[in-house]
Amino acid sequence: MTDLVRMTGIDKRFPGVHALKNVSFDLAGGEVHALMGENGAGKSTLMKILSGIYPKDGGEILVNGREAELDGPRAAQDLGIGIIHQELSLMNDLTVAQNIFIGREPRLRFGRLDETALNAQAVEIFKSMNLNLDPKTVVGELTIARQQMVEIAKALSYRSRVLIMDEPTAALNDAEIAELFTIIRRLKADGVGIIYISHKMDELKQIADRVTVMRDGAYVGTVGAAETPVSSIISMMVGREVTNEAAEIPDLSQAETLLEVRGLNRGREIRDVSFSVRKGEILGFAGLMGAGRTEVARAIFGADPRDGGEIRVHGKPCTISQPSDAVKAGIGYLSEDRKHFGLATGMDVRTNIALASLDRFSGSLGVLKEEDMRRTAQDYIGKLDIRTPSDRQEVRLLSGGNQQKVVIAKWLYRDCDILIFDEPTRGIDVGAKSEIHKLLKNLAKEGRAVIVISSELPEVMRLSHRIAVMCEGRLTGILPGGEQTSQEDIMHLATLRAPSMQPEGYQQ
Amino acid sequence: MTAVNPTSTPSLFARMIDTGAHQKLLAFASLVLLLIGFSIASPNFMQTSNMIAILQATSVNGVLAVAATLVIITGGIDLSVGTLMTFCAVIAGVVLTNLGMPLPVGVVAAIGTGALCGLCSGTFVAKMKIPPFIATLGMMLILKGLSLVISGTRPIYFNDTPGFDQISRGSLIGEIFPALPIPNGVLILFIVALAASYVLGRTVLGRYTFALGSNEEAVRLSGVNTDFWKMAVYSLAGGICGIAGILIASRLNSAQPALGLGYELEAIAAVVIGGTSLSGGRGTVLGTLIGALIMAVLTNGLRVLSVAQEWQTVVTGAIIILAVYADMVRRRKA
Repeated sequence: MTDLVRMTGIDKRFPGVHALKNVSFDLAGGEVHALMGENGAGKSTLMKILSGIYPKDGGEILVNGREAELDGPRAAQDLGIGIIHQELSLMNDLTVAQNIFIGREPRLRFGRLDETALNAQAVEIFKSMNLNLDPKTVVGELTIARQQMVEIAKALSYRSRVLIMDEPTAALNDAEIAELFTIIRRLKADGVGIIYISHKMDELKQIADRVTVMRDGAYVGTVGAAETPVSSIISMMVGREVTNEAAEIPDLSQAETLLEVRGLNRGREIRDVSFSVRKGEILGFAGLMGAGRTEVARAIFGADPRDGGEIRVHGKPCTISQPSDAVKAGIGYLSEDRKHFGLATGMDVRTNIALASLDRFSGSLGVLKEEDMRRTAQDYIGKLDIRTPSDRQEVRLLSGGNQQKVVIAKWLYRDCDILIFDEPTRGIDVGAKSEIHKLLKNLAKEGRAVIVISSELPEVMRLSHRIAVMCEGRLTGILPGGEQTSQEDIMHLATLRAPSMQPEGYQQ
Repeated sequence: MTAVNPTSTPSLFARMIDTGAHQKLLAFASLVLLLIGFSIASPNFMQTSNMIAILQATSVNGVLAVAATLVIITGGIDLSVGTLMTFCAVIAGVVLTNLGMPLPVGVVAAIGTGALCGLCSGTFVAKMKIPPFIATLGMMLILKGLSLVISGTRPIYFNDTPGFDQISRGSLIGEIFPALPIPNGVLILFIVALAASYVLGRTVLGRYTFALGSNEEAVRLSGVNTDFWKMAVYSLAGGICGIAGILIASRLNSAQPALGLGYELEAIAAVVIGGTSLSGGRGTVLGTLIGALIMAVLTNGLRVLSVAQEWQTVVTGAIIILAVYADMVRRRKA
């Protein structure tokens, strides 16, 4: 039997990143082949190549045994390859049937649409999926799970023999996942090959036949899903040698608790999250994409609303309903997206450092005291070793690491005792990374409470005094930092569906 | 769908609130309220002649607003509809008066010019990726300038083309039903609106108009040539502006090259009042018609009540803000 899809030696480079290195992957009809790996391992990139969204730089793709030239989404569709993206790509204002057949509407003469045929064809597809859905419903009114079904129907309408699902269950509840699995099993029985990208171990055990693991853009191996224990899949995923710079954990048992969060909740994204950070402590937040770490940070900072939960700063309850409340309470949040939320990139270093505290630089008539601003900026440029020709340099011209330092300077000058860093070293080169790490450690030593959210396990392990792990909006455990905690321990909690008992070493 | 159990379905009113019809309902209710209010305030308002004056005043703005609706549903904006209208009128003047061509040629030339200019805007937006606001702002100024250049800044009169003024001012309906002297301009507005409604609801072009405004990237990933369709929408809108150009030239029996600026804002206001979302993906021609009527009724009614012109403008502005706010509130709830 020939494989439905065989990819060999796939290579892909983006500016500055070697995203895929000689990756191989194959898929047989009637099988669910799971693709796993940490964030950034290259799973989505590989699948975007297979679905014609990115061109490949090297390697060979065979579809049904013949070499395929996938030069666009249309070409992939014509070969029967359908993809369901992680972010659903539907048109919310159109109906279900209109979405499914976008670009291929049954037509009458003169460009008129045959709406009756359109709806009838949609019903036909739903019947084959055993799905009860009115084709005339507007997609925006459906639940996420139902929208996912529409995406699957859309993919099937191309007579797809290969269906790629990128984290299809990320936004679904258990009942909806069961419904999805029923449909996947039906498709499988019909001989459709399904590539299933997921982080969730228990799902793999339920649905997958084979598992291929990728790491850092490279192929690691393919194993049977049923016979391989979860622990060995996890070690294939994290595999890389752990750098031995474990964090030195200071004794903070006497230190004051600066920030305490109790019962933080918001819908499905944040579920009953409680933790605290002491003066001088670095609390790391680990977890996979979509685990809810950024959401927690934004909720604490008042950038997003929350359904419930108490926030105490210096032991006193604190009402935070918008970011300015958080800033007043001494909380600073350094967004993962510096360019969008952290910096006015078109303005100079001096202005950016002063931006959160302009009230201190304004005279009685609101006139800015440029000289004071200059002195302050110079002061921080020296303290944080920001490499810039002058304080008048536009921030966009600085390197990523130096931009990050400017954001840090801004919050330091604002006297924030509690600093939340969201992916502080994303997009920063290795040298600058260790400088930022040193800076974070110093901030803690000076008596600030530091929270670091990072998707890179080695970074979390190198910095954190304690490690909070999240999965699907829940805090699944808080592990001690240092050598006693391994990457496997963290990954175990990060893929844990139901809340577990508090693991040993949880100190509060 | 047809046999609904009356006990289990919410009231018609509740369902309209639930669906996107809410804003249209709101607009329609405001229109009725305005009509009732002005009738009570002044006996001169509810006269046939005044009603016809309102409709006549709606015709040009209404056609422009229909053009703007198409573009706005794609998630874009067209600031050039007003000056494009004038440009098309001037072209009609050149073809008919200066070149002495027959009437149909002038009409086709005007509409063709509109479509071509629309295609230019569409190309700037789709191919050159210039934001629609900027692309059509540029077109707005270019066309204003060209109108003045071509006409030598003087109006072109259509005295040599008999029947030209009848396109807007005559009344085919009045000839058949003398009691209803509805001018042709209004008839044309309704024909344009019906046609545009049909295109939006029943044709491929209409489907992509909504799809583009709803999620352009998703449409592109579905293998649709989004650039082509976007350019098609802008061209269609341009052609409709050409029709508006004929209408206004006919009503004034002249092409006034200095006219046109400001019409685009009135058109966009009508679209917005009619419930079309400026972020794209939703909108109806019917809503736009109601929006255009609200603007015309407001202007007329305030004038009948002898409210100063300056205050009319103030009220119109306030209405626009209220209408958009109502839309925002609805969206937040949704």
